[in-house]
Amino acid sequence: MKKIMNDPKNIVAEMVEGMVRAYPQFVERLPETEALVRSDKSSMTGKVGLISGGGSGHEPTHAGFIGEGMLSAAVCGQVFTSPTPDQIYAAIKAADQGKGVFMVIKNYSGDVMNFDMAKDMADLDGIEVKSITVDDDIAVENSTFTQGRRGVAGTIFMHKILGAAADQGASLTELETLAKKVLPNIKTIAVALSGATVPEVGKPGFTLADDELEYGVGIHGEPGYRKEKMRPSKDLVKELLGKLKAAFNYQAGDKFAVLVNGMGATPLMEQFVFMRDVLNQLKDEGVNVAFTKVGNYMTSLDMAGVSLTLFKLTDDSWLDNLNYPVNTIAWTQK
Amino acid sequence: MLTTDIILTWIHDFDKKISEKKDYLSELDTPIGDGDHGNNLARGAEAIEAALNKETPADATAALRAIAMALVSKVGGASGALYGTAFLEMAKTSRDTTKTADLLAAGLAGLQKRGGATTGEKTMIDVWAPVVTATKGGQLTQKIIDDAVAATKPMRATKGRASYVGDSSIGHLDPGAVSSGYLFTSLLEAGGAK
Repeated sequence: MKKIMNDPKNIVAEMVEGMVRAYPQFVERLPETEALVRSDKSSMTGKVGLISGGGSGHEPTHAGFIGEGMLSAAVCGQVFTSPTPDQIYAAIKAADQGKGVFMVIKNYSGDVMNFDMAKDMADLDGIEVKSITVDDDIAVENSTFTQGRRGVAGTIFMHKILGAAADQGASLTELETLAKKVLPNIKTIAVALSGATVPEVGKPGFTLADDELEYGVGIHGEPGYRKEKMRPSKDLVKELLGKLKAAFNYQAGDKFAVLVNGMGATPLMEQFVFMRDVLNQLKDEGVNVAFTKVGNYMTSLDMAGVSLTLFKLTDDSWLDNLNYPVNTIAWTQK
Repeated sequence: MLTTDIILTWIHDFDKKISEKKDYLSELDTPIGDGDHGNNLARGAEAIEAALNKETPADATAALRAIAMALVSKVGGASGALYGTAFLEMAKTSRDTTKTADLLAAGLAGLQKRGGATTGEKTMIDVWAPVVTATKGGQLTQKIIDDAVAATKPMRATKGRASYVGDSSIGHLDPGAVSSGYLFTSLLEAGGAK
């Protein structure tokens, strides 16, 4: 293992420190926590707080999306480990402006339990909290035999849509309604070329041969659905879009936002090639792509690979929300 | 019966076992989870030791609560929420009784409420449930604990992150069941099982 770090035990705390000292205009740290809040408090006044969080190792998620038009606060857990309820509660308190707080949770049992405990704590203090649990990864079938689908890169679209709505004054109940409407329209699937190494563990969570890839891997290295020999970008796109097409049952004329997300160790050059092939195939299929984004947004430490998220824009206002101004470390647009 | 002294002996021994078995627990967690169970619990064990060293608990309730808060605030993940909830429920119940079986039963009820799992789903419940039953009859033995842990091996996970690997979870011990096994071995050794 080669990593730029000091004691692996302190990697999250030191990352948070580096982040707030590098970007004081965006984020500040809540005392004695690894929770971060917007520096520009005036941008939150009178609005519903929007928070997220989860294990670290997915940077810039989540703290990189704190700022006007997106999150109010975010909580950084240990690497690939849910944050603790006391820290989530600290973020809820910091985000609350008297209008309640909405939480975006990814569907992992640890996250769900800890955010739930934090909500109980907030209830005792009279802060109204609602939430959505994102489960966009279609690699794992949703059945009674699993915890359900995992929450992955599509969470970024959820942050963006809700962040834009909160900034425009949506109430807590309106945010909940919007989140529930948006959720089934966001679906993601990934392909991995190599595994991720958790700093404290020191070796990769899984390994692939030099010429091997795996479809459907999760953002913590959870196993996917098939391994095979390395193939050209166009073929990977065909496989992943095939899965998404089946999941959405999309038709020519349908309108989508597309996110190509790097898993951490895949160069942007390759991500753009992959996006090109996605756009070519969608064009051939007559699909209308109204919004695109490429880059490292929901990473998995040093995993190589990409994920592909399609967001079906069944409501025109959702495109407005995607294009709404945002000012964060990882996503800025005017 | 769980006196303050027994609780402290029990937990100190558990913390020691966890730091010794940290790498093994993380290894168990790698094929079916995300490989961090040992590291997460070791962080909790360190926090428990720090909390108990800082202030000697006045009574059993204070001791159990201190353990719960250290677990809830330092472990993270599902195991932090689950172990923390179990000790918090034991702390609450300890105001009315010091009977080990009643306290463990309260802990088990907390686990079931928080995690929504039942027996046979390859989780720590598969160790807690038979241990609670045996303790009620005053008959907890190392064999009961070991058998319960071993019984998770052929199970198929339907809860937690291990559920994502489906059939591939069969043939692996559940890491949470193994760490719960250590917890009850320590309890037995501390003389708290009666």
